[in-house]
Amino acid sequence: MTKAITVSGLHKSFGRTRALDGLDLDVEAGEVHGFLGPNGAGKSTTIRVLLGLLRADSGATQVLGHDPWRDAVEVHRRIAYVPGDVTLWRNLSGGEVIDLYGRLRGGLDTRRRAELIERFELDPAKKGRTYSKGNRQKVALVAAFASDVDLLILDEPTSGLDPLMEEVFQRCVEEERERGRTVLLSSHILSEVEELCDRVSIIRKGRTVESGSLADLRHLTRTSVSAELAGPPDGLAHLPGVHDLDVRGHRVRLQVDTDRLDAVLRSLTASGVRSLTSTPPTLEELFLRHYQDEPGEVTV
Amino acid sequence: MTRQLTGTATLLRFALRRDRVLIPVWVAVNALMVLSMPKTLQGLYGTPAARADLRHQMAANTSLRAMVGPVFGDSLGALTAWRVGVYAGALAAVTSLLVVVRHTRDEEESGRQELVSSGMVGRRAPLTAALLTAAVANAALCALLVAGLAGQGAPGALAFGLGVAGVGMVFATMAAVVAQLTESARLARGLTAAVLGAAFVLRAAGDSASDGGTGGGSSVLTWLSPLGWLEDLRAFAAERWWVLLLFAAAVALQAAVAYGLAGRRDIGMSFLPTRPGPAAGRLGTAGALAWRLQRGSVLGWSIGFFLAGVVYGGMTDGAAELVGDNAKAREIFQRMGGRSGPTDAFLAAMVGMLGLVAALYVVSSVLRLSGEETSGRAEPVLAAAVGRLRWAAGHLVIAFGGSALLMLLAGLGFAVGYGREVGPVLGACLLQVAAVWVIGGVAVLLFGVLPRGAVAAWGVAGAVLLIGWIGPALNAPRAVLDLSPFGHLPKLPGGGMEWGPVGVLLGLAAVLVAGGLAGVRRRDLAG
Repeated sequence: MTKAITVSGLHKSFGRTRALDGLDLDVEAGEVHGFLGPNGAGKSTTIRVLLGLLRADSGATQVLGHDPWRDAVEVHRRIAYVPGDVTLWRNLSGGEVIDLYGRLRGGLDTRRRAELIERFELDPAKKGRTYSKGNRQKVALVAAFASDVDLLILDEPTSGLDPLMEEVFQRCVEEERERGRTVLLSSHILSEVEELCDRVSIIRKGRTVESGSLADLRHLTRTSVSAELAGPPDGLAHLPGVHDLDVRGHRVRLQVDTDRLDAVLRSLTASGVRSLTSTPPTLEELFLRHYQDEPGEVTV
Repeated sequence: MTRQLTGTATLLRFALRRDRVLIPVWVAVNALMVLSMPKTLQGLYGTPAARADLRHQMAANTSLRAMVGPVFGDSLGALTAWRVGVYAGALAAVTSLLVVVRHTRDEEESGRQELVSSGMVGRRAPLTAALLTAAVANAALCALLVAGLAGQGAPGALAFGLGVAGVGMVFATMAAVVAQLTESARLARGLTAAVLGAAFVLRAAGDSASDGGTGGGSSVLTWLSPLGWLEDLRAFAAERWWVLLLFAAAVALQAAVAYGLAGRRDIGMSFLPTRPGPAAGRLGTAGALAWRLQRGSVLGWSIGFFLAGVVYGGMTDGAAELVGDNAKAREIFQRMGGRSGPTDAFLAAMVGMLGLVAALYVVSSVLRLSGEETSGRAEPVLAAAVGRLRWAAGHLVIAFGGSALLMLLAGLGFAVGYGREVGPVLGACLLQVAAVWVIGGVAVLLFGVLPRGAVAAWGVAGAVLLIGWIGPALNAPRAVLDLSPFGHLPKLPGGGMEWGPVGVLLGLAAVLVAGGLAGVRRRDLAG
């Protein structure tokens, strides 16, 4: 597979503020790639570098095989972008803006435009100033999904949508994947990420702290185990990867790094297991750990 | 009612804090313009006899009276009130209307008001705070004028200061009403400014029809204009204090209407509803988008320039006659317009004035780029297959082409109003474009290189305006006059054509634009 986006060692500072500090990002062609991180981690800055709106201080960036700063127009012909905060011209109607964006990109599929307006329940005749936040986002989303492009860059595109529209949005992203298009999706809505993304990259303080499929990421985190044993547990405290061990008589509760689970189970069965519950980490826990911990600790 | 005003004091402090630079600068410029006048007039018309002479000439000259109003007395104070009163009032009006719209409709339109009003803020508190902010600005201006002019006679100074502040407050309350009616702050400002323009024209028409201040009353038309009331107050010439009641009544009436409307409508909504637009659009390029965004303002400016040409053209003969009679005044016009016959000097001075105003247009048009960028609307456009240069060029063609169009229309207006020397006057108008473009080039350079400081272009245009309008009357040194690109244009009609300086100005404009565009290509997009 070819890469739709490759970024390595990206640095960008605004005055003294260091926004990006050696960020790496790889997006395969044809995948839906989740781009995650806490507020202020540098997601929007990265996206604006990918769009050639900001010039990187250092590092290599390739979007669809081009340098986005130098070849901005060629790259943009094949990109549709939806900002998180959509601002429209007050006196232009939504339909006019959709058509404008379509023409400014590679072109617009008018049948798909009509279909999307229907599905998103958008009134295209209203003027820009009369739309709500969610409806402004729909204008940008319809323009993006109806455009004839190879790569969609979506920066928190659903923060104003209701759950029904969120469904429509997810269906649209899946259709894009089926058509072989690439999607870079920055989002805080974890169910959306879990539903849609083939792979995710998590960034923090301008640096990539984790990248891979959700299954890979789950593997790197802790599983909760609670068990009732036939006899007292033995040697659990000395096993590597065990945390928060809590022993009360024959009852044991602990957290274990998922890749050390095997050794812990062996030790437990050695004492005789009467009952056992093992809970894989929820997505929320996974992200909270990545968002909160110091980058170094996560992979240990 | 008091509950509806909860939070006014906090909002007022907040508004004054936000305007801590704007208001002092506006007030100081206005006061400086007025307070420098007695000394200038002393130099021009030093003796009571010279002043009495001027007064008689004005009484006989309809068209010049239309431009600057009638003279009611021959003291220096009376001449000061005559010479700058209307302009001081108009500037106070502009300041006031901008302040009020900025703190009412602008806040609602941007959505900031919503958050503020969710606090302990009464329904009418934002409007009250905005009007009080304007009142503070006008009171400060009034105090400066009274103190500065007291030497010419305390009652006159008081009447003049109150009159100028009164005009300010009339337009502050008018803006408060208009801000309730429109959904867009830009439209609210435009409509109020149009009323101000109409007040100016009414006063001019009324004054040309009156008896020129020799004894009788003003025309009805003058009484219809708040700027006319300022004249009718007759500061320094047997003040008619009761005219102040007109200001008070207008302020009270308009404030009552604004309050009534403000208490009845939803936040962000207006009494002039928005109509739906087309469901599909034909805009397909960045240039078409730029034209769509700017066409309304180009149309407005075009009408204004054409009409100004017609009006100035119409008063040319009368003005030239008067100027020709006074050696010093002729000198000033010659400094503005060149050494030639009084008609040509007057024409050249008026053409030059329109050129200065066109500089304001070019700055406002170029800075649309900056507005699109900082509002975030430029980002998705530039994320599409639109190069930065194409995007910028769309707006710059309108800015630079538009300013040439304005001067062309002004020239055609002169042809309609004056009817002679059509070719030379049209040529003189188009010549101004070279200097206008230099100012436009400065705006492009600032936008490209110092995007955060792009508004400084207004400062440059304002400085050029001051140099051009007041410089000649103050007999400013050559070095100061030379700072303005307009100072280097040949004085036409009447003077000799020199291509050299014009070529230099055009070259300079091209270099500035090129430098700005290079910056636009190179820098990060703000947002």
